[in-house]
Amino acid sequence: MPEDLLFSVKDLTVEYRTRAGTLRAVDNVSLDIRRGEILGLVGESGCGKSTLGKALMRLHSGPARISSGELWFDGRDLMKLSENEMPDIRGAEIGMVFQDPMTSLNPVQRILDHLTETVQTHEPATSDAAARARAEELVERLGIRRERLSEYPHQMSGGMRQRVMISLALALRAKLVIADEPTTSLDVIVEAKFLDLLKELRDEFGLTILLITHNIGVVAEVADRVAVMYAAKMAEVGEVHEVFADPKHPYTQGLLKAVPNIRLGETELYKMEGAPPNLLQPPTGCRFNPRCPYVMDVCRRIEPAFEPVASGHLASCWLYQEAPLGQEQSHG
Amino acid sequence: MAEPHLSGSSLHPAQQGEKTDTLVQVEDVRKHFPIQSGFFANLVNRGHIPAVKAVDGVSFSIQRGEVFGLAGESGSGKSTVGRLVLGLLAPTSGRVIFDGVDLNGLEPEELRRLRSRMQIVFQDPQASLNPRMTVGEAISHPVRIHITQEPKKIKDLVCEILEKVGLAPAEQFYDKYPHQISGGQRQRVVIARALVTTPDLVVADEPIAMADVSVRALLLDLMMSLREELNLTYLFITHDLATAKYVCDRIAVMYLGKMCEVGPLADVYEHALHPYTRALLEAVPVPDPRHRRKESMPAGEIPSAINPPSGCRFHPRCPIARLPHCSVEEPQLRELKPGHFVACHYAEDFL
Repeated sequence: MPEDLLFSVKDLTVEYRTRAGTLRAVDNVSLDIRRGEILGLVGESGCGKSTLGKALMRLHSGPARISSGELWFDGRDLMKLSENEMPDIRGAEIGMVFQDPMTSLNPVQRILDHLTETVQTHEPATSDAAARARAEELVERLGIRRERLSEYPHQMSGGMRQRVMISLALALRAKLVIADEPTTSLDVIVEAKFLDLLKELRDEFGLTILLITHNIGVVAEVADRVAVMYAAKMAEVGEVHEVFADPKHPYTQGLLKAVPNIRLGETELYKMEGAPPNLLQPPTGCRFNPRCPYVMDVCRRIEPAFEPVASGHLASCWLYQEAPLGQEQSHG
Repeated sequence: MAEPHLSGSSLHPAQQGEKTDTLVQVEDVRKHFPIQSGFFANLVNRGHIPAVKAVDGVSFSIQRGEVFGLAGESGSGKSTVGRLVLGLLAPTSGRVIFDGVDLNGLEPEELRRLRSRMQIVFQDPQASLNPRMTVGEAISHPVRIHITQEPKKIKDLVCEILEKVGLAPAEQFYDKYPHQISGGQRQRVVIARALVTTPDLVVADEPIAMADVSVRALLLDLMMSLREELNLTYLFITHDLATAKYVCDRIAVMYLGKMCEVGPLADVYEHALHPYTRALLEAVPVPDPRHRRKESMPAGEIPSAINPPSGCRFHPRCPIARLPHCSVEEPQLRELKPGHFVACHYAEDFL
C-alpha cells in the first residue's frame, strides 16, 4: 500500500438478504482514500454510498453482510481482524458522523459525559480530570463554550450537536472521519460554517475525511477528490476540479447538469429521464445503459471495467475503453 | 408588479369592488404560539404567558398566476405563513384576504368550501399519503368532498389528473399503494391530489426537498408546466435558494418571524439589499469548485423566537449593524427600487 494512502477498499461487495432475494448494495467497489484529503462520495438514494461508508468500519449487522473484498486501513486489512479487535478501530481510529446528531447522541447524557466516556473507554488510564480537560479544549476549538459541556443534547442547536459529534471523533485523534450526510439536516448558513470547520480541522489535525452526501454543491465546496456511485457500482473517481470541468461518465454528466446552480444564468434544469434500477434485478452490462444518451450495443451486454481515463481519473464506461474483439462499436 | 406590501396600507383593490390581479393579500399578520407552562410559572408571570412569535407582522401579496417564493432558515416562520395563508391557522392579529374574501370572518363551512380553491403540497409524500389508501382512493377523496359523488365521474377526473402529472397510463397507478411506487411518483400523486379540485392557489411547502437530484428537476418541470396549463398561482416555500431560482417570479426572505426583503427574483439575487439575504445567498453551496465561497458567515445562530433581539432582529449577527441605532429602532420594509422592498436601516450601502 503506497504511503500516501490511508484507506484502500478493494473489490468490496456488501449483500443484503431480503425476502425478495439477495441484493448487492455495494458491488465490487474499489476506492482509495489519501491521507489528509477530503474525499466526497456522492450518489442518489439507494446507490450504496452509506452502505459503503458503514462497511469501512465493518458496521454491519442483521441482513447485511460483507461477502468479499479487502479493507486496507493504515497497513492492516480490517477484514482479517476479529470482531473483538474492531472496537479498537471504531471510534478510536475511524470516527463517524451521521446525518441526524440527535439520534446519535444519548438524550439523557450530558455532552461532557459523552466525551469523557469516549476517551476513557478507549484509554482507560486517563483520569477524570485529564479527560475533562481534553473535552474542554476540544469543544472550545470547535466553537462551543466550555460551560455548555454540562448541557444535554436537546439544549443545543443542530449545528452545535453536529460539532459535538465531530468532537467525539477528534477526542481520540481519529485518523479518518466518515461523515454521512453531516449537513443535510442543517440550514445553509450553519452548513456553510460546518464545512469551513471541516476544512480547518483537516488542515490543523491532518484529518482525513470521507464526506458522503447527495449534495453536489457541498462536494464542490470542500472536497479535494470526488467519487460518484451509481446502482451499487463506482461510476467515476477523480480530482474535484477535473471531474466537475470534464465529467467522463454520462451519469456524472447528467447529475452535474441536473443540480440547481444559484450562480449560472440558465433558467432550465437538465432533466435526466428514468430512475435508478432495482438492485434485485440490475440491468446486464453497464447499469446506466437504460438511461444513457450514448448507449452502444456493447453497453447492454458487457459490464465496463473501472479504469483510468486520465491521470488519477477513473471511470467505468465503454466510451473510453476498447470493446472486446468482435464487438462492433456503433452508436445506438 | 409594484403593489403595496407595506403594513398599514389597508386599501386593497378588492374592497373597491374590482376584479383584481391580487389573489392573496396578507396584511400585518402575526401568529404567536403560547408556551405551555406550569401552574406556578403562570402565577409568577401574573398571567403574562410567554409566546413563540413565529410570525410577527408580515405583509405581502401574491398576484394571480405568479410563483411567489418564501425563503428562510428553520424557525424563520415561513411554513407558519403558508398555513396562515390557507386558513389552517388563525392569525393572532392581522388579516389574510383570499381573492377578496377575509378568511377570518368566515364560518367553518364557508372556509371548507373555499378550500377547494387552495391546496397544499408538503415535503414528505410518504407522510402525506395514507399507506392503506390506494393512489386512486387518495385522489378521489377531495373530488368526493368538493365536486361530485358519482363514481364514474370521480374515476374520470382522477384518471385525467393522473395523466396530467405524468403517471400514465392512469389505470396502472390507480390501484397501487404508496409503498409500491417510487418517491418521485408519490410526490406526483400528492400534486395530483392537490390539483384535482382545480385550485387557484397551491402552497408548496418544500415540495422537492426529499427528492433526489435527478427527480427534483422533473418535479419542478411538472409543477411549472401545470402552472401554465391550469392557471395556478404558487406560494413556494423553501430553504433552498438555488431551487427557488428556477421557479419563482418574486421572492421574500424571512428571518425570525419578519420579512427582511421582498422583490423580483433576479433583482433580489443579483442586488440583495439586506445583509441577511446576502449571507443566505452566499452560503448556498455552488456546484462548481472554481467558485468556492470566500466570505465568512454571520456569527452565531438564529436566536429564539420567544425573546427575539430588540430593534432589528438580525443586528446581533449583522456585519454592518451600527449600534445603538439597529438595536433600538426596528427597520420597516421600504421600497428602495421599484417593487424591491427591504427592512434595513443601512440597505443603501448595497445600492
